[in-house]
Amino acid sequence: MTNSINEIEDAACILSIGSNTTVTHPVIGLRVKKAARNGAKLIVANPRRIELCSVADVWLRHRPGTDVALLMGMARVIMDEGLVDSSFIEERCENLDAFKESLKAFDPDFVEQVTGVPQGKIAEAARMLAGNSPASILYCMGITQHSHGTDNVLALANLAMLTGNIGKPSSGVNPLRGQNNVQGACDMGALPNVYPGYQKVDSAEIREKFEAAWGCSLSSTPGLTLTEILGAALEKRVKALYVVGENPVLSEADASHAKEALEALDFLVVQDIFLTETAMLADVVLPAATFAEKDGTFTNTERRIQRVRKALEPRGNSRPDWWITCEIAKKLGGKGFDYGHPAEIMGEISSLTPSYQGISYERLEAGGLQWPCPSPEHPGTPVLHTERFLTASGKGRLMPLEYKPPAECADEEYPFVLTTGRSLYHYHTSTMTGRVEGLNMLRDRELLEMNPTDAAALGIANGDRVQVKSRRGLVTADAKLTKDSPPGVVFMTFHFADSPTNVVTSPALDPVAKTPELKVCAVQVQKLKG
Amino acid sequence: MLDEIKFAIDGTQIKANKGDTILKAALKHGIYIPHLCDHPDLEPFGGCRLCMVEIKGKGLSISCKVPVEEGLEIITESPEVNKVRRIAAELLIASHHVDCLECARNTDCKLQDVASYIGIEEGRLKRLKRVIKDLPIDDSNPFFIRDLNKCVLCGICIRTCGEILNVGAIDFAFRGTGTLVATVGGKPILQSRCVSCGECVARCPVGALVPKNAERPTREVSTVCTYCGVGCGIKLGVRGGRIVRVRGDVNSPANRGNLCVKGRFGYDFVNHPDRLTSPLIKRNGAFVEATFEEALDLVASKLTDYKGDQFATFASARITTEDNYVVQKFTRAVMGTNNLDHCARL
Ligand code: SF4
Ligand code: SF4
Ligand code: SF4
Repeated sequence: MTNSINEIEDAACILSIGSNTTVTHPVIGLRVKKAARNGAKLIVANPRRIELCSVADVWLRHRPGTDVALLMGMARVIMDEGLVDSSFIEERCENLDAFKESLKAFDPDFVEQVTGVPQGKIAEAARMLAGNSPASILYCMGITQHSHGTDNVLALANLAMLTGNIGKPSSGVNPLRGQNNVQGACDMGALPNVYPGYQKVDSAEIREKFEAAWGCSLSSTPGLTLTEILGAALEKRVKALYVVGENPVLSEADASHAKEALEALDFLVVQDIFLTETAMLADVVLPAATFAEKDGTFTNTERRIQRVRKALEPRGNSRPDWWITCEIAKKLGGKGFDYGHPAEIMGEISSLTPSYQGISYERLEAGGLQWPCPSPEHPGTPVLHTERFLTASGKGRLMPLEYKPPAECADEEYPFVLTTGRSLYHYHTSTMTGRVEGLNMLRDRELLEMNPTDAAALGIANGDRVQVKSRRGLVTADAKLTKDSPPGVVFMTFHFADSPTNVVTSPALDPVAKTPELKVCAVQVQKLKG
Repeated sequence: MLDEIKFAIDGTQIKANKGDTILKAALKHGIYIPHLCDHPDLEPFGGCRLCMVEIKGKGLSISCKVPVEEGLEIITESPEVNKVRRIAAELLIASHHVDCLECARNTDCKLQDVASYIGIEEGRLKRLKRVIKDLPIDDSNPFFIRDLNKCVLCGICIRTCGEILNVGAIDFAFRGTGTLVATVGGKPILQSRCVSCGECVARCPVGALVPKNAERPTREVSTVCTYCGVGCGIKLGVRGGRIVRVRGDVNSPANRGNLCVKGRFGYDFVNHPDRLTSPLIKRNGAFVEATFEEALDLVASKLTDYKGDQFATFASARITTEDNYVVQKFTRAVMGTNNLDHCARL
């Protein structure tokens, strides 16, 4: 997030798009509801009727995958009606002319036709966003998990820049990060192209710094992404894989492909707290400690580095992940893996990562710190981009965009759009929540949510067992008839091993972020006899 | 700057912020005024009438509803105040199941605080006409119990669910002596709109809403929820190698004490019998337990042959930042490849 969770309730306007906030980030959901209670204007953009719609001032129910059209349509209204923050654009942005030019394609009729949202509503939302400052934009995977996810994010940044809503409290473009430490994993360079602190692996200067610190020579070629690694495994280019705490057999798009890839490996090591669907395929399984059994830090969605503290001894022979990895490294002759405690690891992190330079366990005792925190005296950074952007010129670049349809659209053979998401009661592939009896009682099976009109046409009643089939595979689930799903759109989670939804989903990737298009794929739905 | 207001409680001069109620200002300064239905996170309600005080020159007032004013003189105890307060308290206690020793809230109960402050004698209590409610206990929710026989009708749960959650699963039903907290249609809470967040349970001042299998922890450890990216601060209550209770950390800026159902109740997995407790090596298609030494030797001897780009690692968004640092360092420095990713995109 460019801004902090605490600031949300002081916003004058909130645009929540592609985020079922009360389900995926429940406590942030509370802040959004508080803001609405405090009088903030709330715009919800979501094809599905989510809980926040009940407190929204405007609900834009656009068709899945049409976000760029919707957002550029709003930008066009803001531009045409002269509602832009001219001084902000003047001082802090560039590329206005090219951007204006690209808006020409988004005339209201076109936008209405593509998104299915009446143009009056889009204009109302645009005026609301431009007229109530500060405005905060919140988004989640409903924006990123598309074959044009990067364009979606750029479209949001455009809106924020046009209305001057960046670099000040209660504003910003705020991705709500899904998993507890996805921020920390990215910050630490658990990515193919960057070292800790997003320092590029193909920069000679940076590489030399890490070679000196680690006493070894390092590869200058960026590596493969998760999806590419699976592809390479199938082609026998990657032959050994070390999986730490992930369950790609359930979480990956086009999951049967993922399973095949893992089976093609010569050697698979899985380190986890349970024998997951992925661990079952391993040659060696290493037992890890849970968060309650180790010290460390998690970095939350607002970039706040917070201490995780050991409350229990690791169960049985399980061990903290860092310890296990260090032991493997040492056995392979690795140097610099003799840490006695995670505090020492943080010492090394801060010496090599500019944005973490001011972080130490001593300081974290007094509470979390938000990066960038470049020195031991620095108080941390609640709001990003207050003076300049992280571009060469320091200016924010307004990005011309064009609308591209999703990689797979509904057609005669596969007439429904399947969109996926989460349930409040489970988390990711349920390796943890599936082992909490009470949570299973609250939600114990996969449901296919569909509009009653669609269901009636197929003779499907509430609770009927249905089969959902795409070009890649099929799963079964119980039908739940609800007007929360618009006609033509069905919804499933991916929490349940016995209904592995990702067998069906589309592997189409965003060309830049390489995020799979989990939010749109074409399926057919059929009632099962029984 | 907040406007500051000076006034007096029982002759002591006090400074308070403009807009604070008398009760809030008093509690901030460590001055106890009995109360049950007031809660700092919620709008004032004025239902229990226990926080009655005398304002010099103005008579009796409910201190949770009256904002402080410059120069006010508040008297927290006078014959008149005490009389009203005692009647209110005795009425509450008379209609409350008093089996304190068996109650999960014992010693942590606001009604006990009130009773011990006002001084309710046992003799008098026995002479009070008891109102036996004998309502069925609602244990439909997997995580908490509703025992309305202990409810003091403070409305805190209703306001929590309405003001903070905007869910509105519960409300007052019926009137007069029959008043109850109920779901729509009086159904069990599990069949209501309740999302099981437990925010009402955390705020109920008495034993009417308590977690199931409540056990008192021997110690608490401050840490962070392991589920979503909000990163709520939690206090893990630990007892004998188990997590027995979780509270939201009010000092954490991420959540200021709030939690969702997973963060408050979702911890059985830590001690689940399915936990991996030993390294496993697959031999002839089946897993056999091994020591760490054996397993690590095997891993190392295999991986030696795959250094470079034939090797890859999936790190994780679930493990700590330090864990991730070590995993990427191992992949790059020891295995010599940048084939490293995690499911940030999912
Ligand atoms: S259940 Fe608890 S919080 Fe709710 S009204 Fe009764 S005593 Fe108050
Ligand atoms: S648990 Fe949460 S949702 Fe359920 S009644 Fe209490 S406050 Fe409302
Ligand atoms: S308590 Fe709920 S909202 Fe808070 S971090 Fe955990 S899962 Fe997220």
